[in-house]
Amino acid sequence: MAISLMADAFEGKIEYLQIMDEKGNADQSLMPKDLSDSRILDMYKYMVLARAADAKTLSLQRQGRAATYAPLVGEEATQIGSALAMRQKDIFVPNFRQHGVYLARGTPPEALFLYWRGYEEGSSLPREFGALPIIVPVSTQMPHGAGMAMAQKYLKTGAAVVVYVGDGGTSEGDFYEALNFAGVWKAPLVTIIENNQWAISVPRRDQTAAKTLAQKAMAAGVPGMQVDGNDVLAVYKATKDAIESSAYGPQVIECVTYRMSMHTTADDPTKYRSDAEVEAWKKKDPILRVRLYLEKKGLWDDAKQKALEEEQSKFIDDAVDKAEKFVPDPKSMFSNVYSYMPQVLQHELDDALKAGFWQGDSK
Amino acid sequence: MKANMVTAINNALELSMKENDRIVLLGEDIGKDGGVFRVTEGLQAKFGESRVMDTPLAESGILGASIGMALAGMHPVPEVQFAGFMFLGFSQLINHASRYRSRTRSIYPVPMVVRTPVSGGVRTLEHHSDSPEAYYSHIGGLIVVEPSTPYDAKGLMIKALRMNDPVVFLEPTKLYRLFKEDIPDDMYEVPIGKAKLLSEGSDLSIITYGTMAPLVKDVVAKKKVSADVLDLRTINPLDEEAILASARKTGRVIIVHEASMSFGVGAEIAARIAENAIFELKAPVMRVASPSFPYPMPGYEKYYIPNELKVSQAIDHIMAVQD
Ligand SMILES: Cc1ncc(C[n+]2csc(CCOP(=O)(O)OP(=O)(O)O)c2C)c(N)n1
Ligand SMILES: [Mg+2]
Repeated sequence: MAISLMADAFEGKIEYLQIMDEKGNADQSLMPKDLSDSRILDMYKYMVLARAADAKTLSLQRQGRAATYAPLVGEEATQIGSALAMRQKDIFVPNFRQHGVYLARGTPPEALFLYWRGYEEGSSLPREFGALPIIVPVSTQMPHGAGMAMAQKYLKTGAAVVVYVGDGGTSEGDFYEALNFAGVWKAPLVTIIENNQWAISVPRRDQTAAKTLAQKAMAAGVPGMQVDGNDVLAVYKATKDAIESSAYGPQVIECVTYRMSMHTTADDPTKYRSDAEVEAWKKKDPILRVRLYLEKKGLWDDAKQKALEEEQSKFIDDAVDKAEKFVPDPKSMFSNVYSYMPQVLQHELDDALKAGFWQGDSK
Repeated sequence: MKANMVTAINNALELSMKENDRIVLLGEDIGKDGGVFRVTEGLQAKFGESRVMDTPLAESGILGASIGMALAGMHPVPEVQFAGFMFLGFSQLINHASRYRSRTRSIYPVPMVVRTPVSGGVRTLEHHSDSPEAYYSHIGGLIVVEPSTPYDAKGLMIKALRMNDPVVFLEPTKLYRLFKEDIPDDMYEVPIGKAKLLSEGSDLSIITYGTMAPLVKDVVAKKKVSADVLDLRTINPLDEEAILASARKTGRVIIVHEASMSFGVGAEIAARIAENAIFELKAPVMRVASPSFPYPMPGYEKYYIPNELKVSQAIDHIMAVQD
């Protein structure tokens, strides 16, 4: 009997999709048929917006105007490509880094700023937005995705659920359990593995001995593929196809991208990774290649860029203003715990009001 | 040496690892990065990757594998990055660590020290500020300690690593770097199961631990009341003797903790005082705690955690009761 070594343990083939290379050359034979130039322009604008909003939140955090923040810079193509592939009716389940997906799905940015300023009101988007709030415990959103997908099937909504998880998140039990459930249920769940190569200080290679993260789907009988996560066209196409196929069962897409910045504002990446690695990924910038593509087609220039940046910066500043005008009402902590107000909580609230613990700085 | 709680625990781990080569550390980001709070900083460089392991991101795996190592004769120190994420491995602690010893009539004890940062007050994201001590205490079979000073942190860690039990070692984030104090360079033990009097007085007793201990001490000093301030240090098993002695002495007891009020540690203490010393009390036992719902986002935390005013009002209130 042959001894099989770990390296060959999985012999299946994982497809890898790239449509547009780092220089902005797109392989026309792979181009999604429905993709007009104006749609590619939209993608570009949302990616620029996501990066600008990200930089803004980071600077607010540095000035003490936001709490700990997880930047997305570098991961714009993964987020915007997948977001724009979703249909209106589809549902988005994030972890904690998908600010770009929220924005591309039309979320008012003030909600995001409110969240990062530390208020539940930033998690209170109307259900019509089809998005769950940010979910911090890693991978615990995965079973919610499977359950929501099952519900779409049961309720015959025709919607798919698109759930995001990081490379690190694929190590949690919840990740496997969710894929397995969705597989058994043939539920319309599309899992986007946002593989940004790092889980805080732990590199992708120390996270699992598996060669790809996409192959983890196979054990659950679920199709899985890899895409160039810095290629917005590839991410868009893969997600669009997966959403269509998800009517027959779940799909997994591993987007290979890179976390260009710190894990969160509480992290110092120079402790555990080299500048050289970061520099190498800079060349694969997800926004630059789309700009090169658009310029080559005569659809973009410096003047347009300047106008876009001005427009977006006003949009973002207005949203920050709105978020900063928000005045918290501590009573709302008590009135949203149950569907009714139990006596025990009412007493705790009355005591707090009577004692004046909140005097001076709230409603 | 002058140490804050971070350096005190780091030092305790280092000395213990030198003393006992069966001690290994494992967890997310504890090696190269030295832990998100730097508690394990430098230890991988000193002891190598086989004794200080960066693990995949999986709490049930970290805790379950630690139990396995302990069953096989090692003494693992798993770190869970924040207490809120320990619930992903809750089953391993509740179903297994708590009862391997009793199920096997002490053939298979589970010597391990589970470290995790707890409690809030430092404007963290959601799930980063939980105070879960009551859950781990309720099951029985798990020792639960929570130091409030660098001195106690070092001594409790050394003691925990010389015991043959599963110890849940809760480290209040807010106290990690709050202050430094002089602690012995060498190894020393702080007994497990023994509370400590932070101040002594005759008019009332305040029983507390963790983040609330320094706050209570401050309020008592400012108000110039004559109070016993008892820092539990070990939550489970409770130091019933110290609690009852102080309650009997002063006749007025306030229990202060950051964890939410309902079904909390305060309830357990109040019940034991009621059972054993109710006729010696001058006033009903009071509790000061956070309200009975999960820890809110950072914008609301100042409306949630007990503050000095709350403790101070409780003192005024209990002192006003005529006996
Ligand atoms: C269950 C759980 N454990 C630990 C953490 C702390 N933590 C937050 S993010 C993170 C790394 C996540 O890595 P990955 O899944 O790759 O996502 P990324 O942060 O790279 O987007 C860790 C360990 C957490 N939030 N939840
Ligand atoms: Mg990652």
